[in-house]
Formats: sequence, structure tokens, C-alpha cells
Amino acid sequence: MTDERRIGVYICHCGGNISDYVDVKRVVEAVQGEPGVIVARDTIFACADASQQEMEEDIVKHHLDGLVVASCSPKLHTLTFRGVARRAGINPYQYTQVNIREQDSWTHTDNPAGATHKAISLVKSGIARTRLTEPLEPLVVETTQRALVIGAGIAGLRAAIGLADVGLEVFLVERERELGGWVGRFGAIYPHGRNGRDLIASLVDEVRKRSSITVFTNAELMAKSGSFGNYVAAIRINTDLPELIHVEVGSIIVATGFDSYQPEAGEYGYGIDGVVTLPEFKALVDGANGSLTYHGRPVRTIAYIYCVGSRQPGANEYCSRYCCAATTHAALEVAALDGQVHQYHLYRDIRTYGKYELMYTESRKRGSVYMKFPEDAPPEVSRDAAGRLTVTTRDLLTEGQELAIPTDLVVLVTGMVPRKNEELMSLLKVPVGTDGFFNEIHPKLRPVETVVDGVLIAGACQGPKNSAESVASGLAAVTQSAAILKKGVAELDPLVATVDADACTWCDKCIGACPYSAIEQVEVGGRQVATISPATCKGCGGCVPVCPEDAIDLRGYTDAQIRAAIDSMLEEPVA
Amino acid sequence: MSAVAVADVHEKQAGSVPRILVFSTNNISDPGIDLAGSQHMHYSPGVEVISLPCTSGIKPSWIAHAIDQGFDGVFIASDGDECAYLPDCAKRASGIVSQAQVLLQAQGHDPQRVKMAAICSVCAEPFTKHVQQFSATLAGLREAATK
Ligand SMILES: Cc1cc2nc3c(=O)[nH]c(=O)nc-3n(C[C@H](O)[C@H](O)[C@H](O)COP(=O)(O)OP(=O)(O)OC[C@H]3O[C@@H](n4cnc5c(N)ncnc54)[C@H](O)[C@@H]3O)c2cc1C
Ligand code: SF4
Ligand code: SF4
Repeated sequence: MTDERRIGVYICHCGGNISDYVDVKRVVEAVQGEPGVIVARDTIFACADASQQEMEEDIVKHHLDGLVVASCSPKLHTLTFRGVARRAGINPYQYTQVNIREQDSWTHTDNPAGATHKAISLVKSGIARTRLTEPLEPLVVETTQRALVIGAGIAGLRAAIGLADVGLEVFLVERERELGGWVGRFGAIYPHGRNGRDLIASLVDEVRKRSSITVFTNAELMAKSGSFGNYVAAIRINTDLPELIHVEVGSIIVATGFDSYQPEAGEYGYGIDGVVTLPEFKALVDGANGSLTYHGRPVRTIAYIYCVGSRQPGANEYCSRYCCAATTHAALEVAALDGQVHQYHLYRDIRTYGKYELMYTESRKRGSVYMKFPEDAPPEVSRDAAGRLTVTTRDLLTEGQELAIPTDLVVLVTGMVPRKNEELMSLLKVPVGTDGFFNEIHPKLRPVETVVDGVLIAGACQGPKNSAESVASGLAAVTQSAAILKKGVAELDPLVATVDADACTWCDKCIGACPYSAIEQVEVGGRQVATISPATCKGCGGCVPVCPEDAIDLRGYTDAQIRAAIDSMLEEPVA
Repeated sequence: MSAVAVADVHEKQAGSVPRILVFSTNNISDPGIDLAGSQHMHYSPGVEVISLPCTSGIKPSWIAHAIDQGFDGVFIASDGDECAYLPDCAKRASGIVSQAQVLLQAQGHDPQRVKMAAICSVCAEPFTKHVQQFSATLAGLREAATK
């Protein structure tokens, strides 16, 4: 029967990400004779529209009934190529993605020959599994028309309003007593100089107007159970008499924000009187009454040191994105207070991208002086015996000249760091990247979804973002929630366990193996056997190894498929 | 692109590096293994992965089959305590390993050929280290067998 299959196999170059190390043509040659393979080709970018079109044409032309794409991780493009299959008339569950990028070319950049053999082995294995696929229909589950938003900073507040406006009920959970996150503590913020506190107050006002939003402050998520489309969240409200309440929600938006980088004592003179972080400086400028003062003394000179806690090899390697713009904006605020204040900006690179460049230009017009210091010789901050605060730096723009700048204030332009939220992380099981921020599935194509179905991320908890970008991602998470919940039903992979009634002897061992009570006893042809409810089964496969009769199979991972995958891998020697 | 030399290896194992089959899990350990690749960490190309929903779904007979058919070893990149499906996943997984070891011994294989460690979605480095060490152990077993 297996030889009757008609399978198309596509090996992706991924630009050069794969083909720089894997001999893609050689892989095509090696697999085109495999049983069931009708078409085998290489493609520069399998995910490009034109390539998808070509696959669809092949499928129709050659009456294909199975599809294999060897490319990047299945986490990125399984849905893309299932879509190709579906559009061209193949059942989407007869598609197999083989990972020859993250788990092959990228990890064997030191061994192209080995990477090529391994690619052949993996693709043969994928073909073997595909030969044994059956057409399946997705499971349809009803979804709860409610969403939970964790964190009421600007991203979470705007998301809650958006969710309510598309007709979903919302629970907004904030750990602090006040709503608003960082922005709620700021005066004027860039780009338009609008007051952060006012901005948050107007959002909170909008939240209060919507009866479909329930706000919990001093509250935290304690547990999450259930599954995609129907989660149960336990929320603890920390009052004098702590209260635990349970809510049913279809999706969860995590908008827990960031922390500001806290310099070590002595780092650029931190700890010396007059050396402050950017948030401390922001509070000083926001609170200035007519003129800028520090500990009651007028501030005549300010030296800013950029990239503190960002772009540090071996530590926080990323750029924090918001700080160049926030600092040039603060410098303009200072100039507006008093045009006579001297402002020196000691930077590595100025990254006032897009429209924020205008603020940089404007600050220079208003007298700010910019000096580029070498990466390997950062500025030094000291207070001399006479009590003068001084920054010493080299300026690459004036041939590396060494300058000593006496100053009243040193502002360490501190970046963003991931917020400490270990309990939430272990509860939600959303992976974090090496930088410690939550990880999306795909930065371009699925920017707010996580590997946990129905759990979305928004705002600066995902990585450094300014408030406009945080709001944009909050609204993207609203759209994604609406897409999941508004239909009232969601499609789930039908990759659930099934019992072969002929093989089952009703020993009842599997019943105890399933914590979801998906397995029941039924009578079939006068015999007692086990049956598994596809709607209740979570597809973990935990019951599979328990059955002494080998009567249980997990769809998509059947005994026959796994054995065939193993055998086919071994057909190709790997040197 | 450079032409890749294809080693002339006909016999299943002769000349090949130790072959390791890894069972990973779709949501927890497979992303960790992906991350190792994204960070260009190196391990042997003899390491190949089959990803499943949950570690507790591995049949001991698959492990025995893989080794009987020519894999030098099986590495289970388990969910550990992070499993989203089964609270007792770690306990079940160690039961599966013990059963597999019994099967291996019955087939005359060294029970050291199966190894398990919990690998999370950011465990790129631990995974790389584990499979590098396991490759070395298995190469040692091969050497001992040829003596
Ligand atoms: C000094 C400074 C100046 C800035 N200036 C500007 C500017 O001028 N313009 C601009 O666009 N951006 C500016 N930013 C950036 C801006 O602050 C961020 O873009 C914005 O705060 C991100 O919003 P958020 O909602 O993602 O996160 P946050 O503001 O961090 O809000 C997150 C919320 O989640 C809550 N929370 C966290 N964990 C939990 C939990 N486990 N359970 C429940 N609740 C939780 C927090 O208490 C908080 O209320 C500045 C930032 C700093 C530090
Ligand atoms: S696969 Fe998991 S959820 Fe489904 S019946 Fe078996 S043990 Fe229960
Ligand atoms: S464990 Fe197997 S044989 Fe026993 S009842 Fe369940 S399916 Fe039937």
C-alpha cells in the first residue's frame, strides 16, 4: 500500500542558511528514488509566495497526496506548508516538516559533509513517516469568549480596551496597587511631549467606561489549568484577607513589561553623589519647577553616558531601543527649562531611528554637544578632593582627544532588562530567550504568539520597546485573540490517541495513565474495550507505553511511523 | 557552494560517527535543541532528533528497536518537571528508561546506551554538552567492542 503514495519533497536552501553547509542538490538526488516520491526539488526559499505557488502546481499536476518540506524548524512554518497542502487539495495532516536548519546546517557549520549526510537521513525519515500518514480532520472545540491580560502598563491597558471593543470580556490583572506601569510615572514623553501620567489616566478612564473589563489590582496569577480556548486562571488578590478567585478565559495576554538596568556600585561612578540613572533623571526633570536642581543646587552642566547596561559583550548584548530617543528628548526638556545648561552626550552610536532623528537634530540645534567614545575606552567618572564631579572621555570625532568635563550631574543612560517574574514564567511555560525576555514564535510572521497555544505576549516583556511599539504589539495581541475566540470555536490538531478495539483486552491499565479522564470503557461487538474521547484527549501520548497489548497509538506519532522513521534514518550512514 | 565529499560508507556502522537518536518534546526540549542550532553550537552530525508531544509517550520498545537497528545510543531530552501535560511526567519517564534498559539487556546491549536528561526550552548549552559527552561514551563502547 505504501508504494501507492504520491509524495512531493522540497529541500530548501533558506538563502544560504542551509545550502552554505548542506549540499542541497545532493540531498534531492539521494531521496528522489525513495518509495512513494514522485517529485523532489530544491528551492531557494520554500516559504516565498512563488515557491508555495510552485508546490501547489506540482501537487495538482502530479496528483500528489503527501508533502515533505525540509527547511527550518517546524515551529516556524508547519502552518505555512499545511496551508499549501490544504489549498492544493492534500489533507494538511499529510504534510511533514523536516528540520534541516536549526537541527542540521546551523549546528554543523563545522562539518558540511556530515551535515549533508544527516540531511539525507532526516529527509528519508520524514518521507517514511509521510508514507504512513492518514487524512485527518481538525478537532473543533468551543472557546470561552473571555481574555485575561496580565500587567496593566500601557500595553496591557490598551490591549484590554481593544479586547472589550471587539466584544470580548476581559480580566485585567495588575500586581501593583496603581495601574499604568512605567509610563504612568512619567511627565512629558517622546515623541509628542504628551504627559505620561495624563496618557495613562485617559486609558484608565476608557477602561472604567467599559463594563466588560474587570480590573484586579494588587493581584497575581497563581495557577493556570485547562487548555487552548478554555483556560482556568486562579488569581490571588492580595488584600488584608487574600482572596483566590477562578476565571475561565480563552486566551491570555502577557504584558508584564521590563525593569530598568540597575548599575553596580562603582559602574561609571554609580554611587557617587551626582551620578544618576535615566529613570532617576527623568523624575528630576519631570519634577523641575522652573529650573533644574539636584539636592537643592542648580544644575548648570550635565554629562550623559549612553548604553549603560546595553550592548555589553557577554552580558546584555541587545540595544535597549528607547534610551537614545528618551535621552535626546529629556535634553530638549532641559533646554526648554533653561537654555543655558551645558549638555554633553557621550555615546557609542546614536540610534534615534525613524522620526526620532528629528529630536536628535533639534537637541544639537539647542546646544547639546555629542562626543563619541571608543568602545574599549569608556568614560570614567570621579569626584576629586575638591569635590568636583568630572567625566573623562576620549572623543573619536576630534581624533581621540582626551577631555575632562567638570559637571554637576552625570546621567547613566540605563537600558531595559527583563523583569524578574520566575513564578509567572514557570506557570505559563512561555519560553524566554537567552536575553531573558519572552520569546515569540516568529519575529516577523507570528510576532505576538508563543509556543503555548492561546498565550500571547505584548509590550516590553518581549524585548525593549518604546510605548508606541508596546501599544502596537498589544493591539496585535488583541487581533490574535479575536481571531482565536470570536468564531466561538477553535480548531485543534487531531493528533490524539486511539485504541485498536481488536487488540484491547480491557485490562484497564490505560485508564489510570490518563489524568484527563479521556479514556472510558465501552462495549464493542460484545467485548469490553477502552475508547478515547478525541475532544478530551490532550494528545500527550502518556497512555501509549502503558498498554501491554500495544493497542494504543497517538495519531501523527504512531508505532508504525516512529519505527519507520528510525529505520529510514539508519539507511544513510553519517560520517 | 563547495562540493561536499561523500564518504564511501557502505557498511551500516563502519567509519560512521556514533549514531544517537534523540527523543525531544515539541514544546519544551525541541525548542532548546533549536536554540543550540541558532547559536551555532556544535555537536556530532550523528545526533538526530525525533520530537514527540511528551516524554511519557515514548515506548521502551522504540528505544530497544533503535539500538537493535544500528543506533549506538538513545538520548531522551525530557520535559523534566516542566511537562505541561502530566504532573508525574518525570517519574513516568524514568520508568520508561528502566523498562528500556531491561529490554536492552535482554537483547545483549549495554544499558548505558540509553541516557536521559531534562532539557528546557533555553537549555541549548546543556543539551550540547550532554550529547557531546554521550557521543564520547558511545565511541568508547564501540572501541571496547572491537577489542
Ligand atoms: C526612563 C524611561 C523613559 C522613557 N521614556 C519614554 C518616552 O519618552 N517615550 C516612549 O515611548 N517610551 C519611553 N519609555 C519606554 C516605556 O516606558 C515603555 O515602552 C513602556 O513602559 C512599556 O510598556 P509595558 O506595558 O510593556 O510595560 P510596563 O510599563 O513595564 O508595565 C508592565 C506592568 O505589568 C505589571 N506586572 C509585571 N509583572 C506582573 C505580574 N506577574 N502580574 C501582574 N502584573 C505584573 C507591572 O507592575 C506593570 O504595571 C521610557 C522608559 C524609561 C525607563
Ligand atoms: S494521550 Fe494523554 S490525554 Fe490522551 S488519552 Fe492518552 S493519556 Fe489521556
Ligand atoms: S491498556 Fe490497552 S489493553 Fe488495557 S484497556 Fe487500555 S487500550 Fe485496552
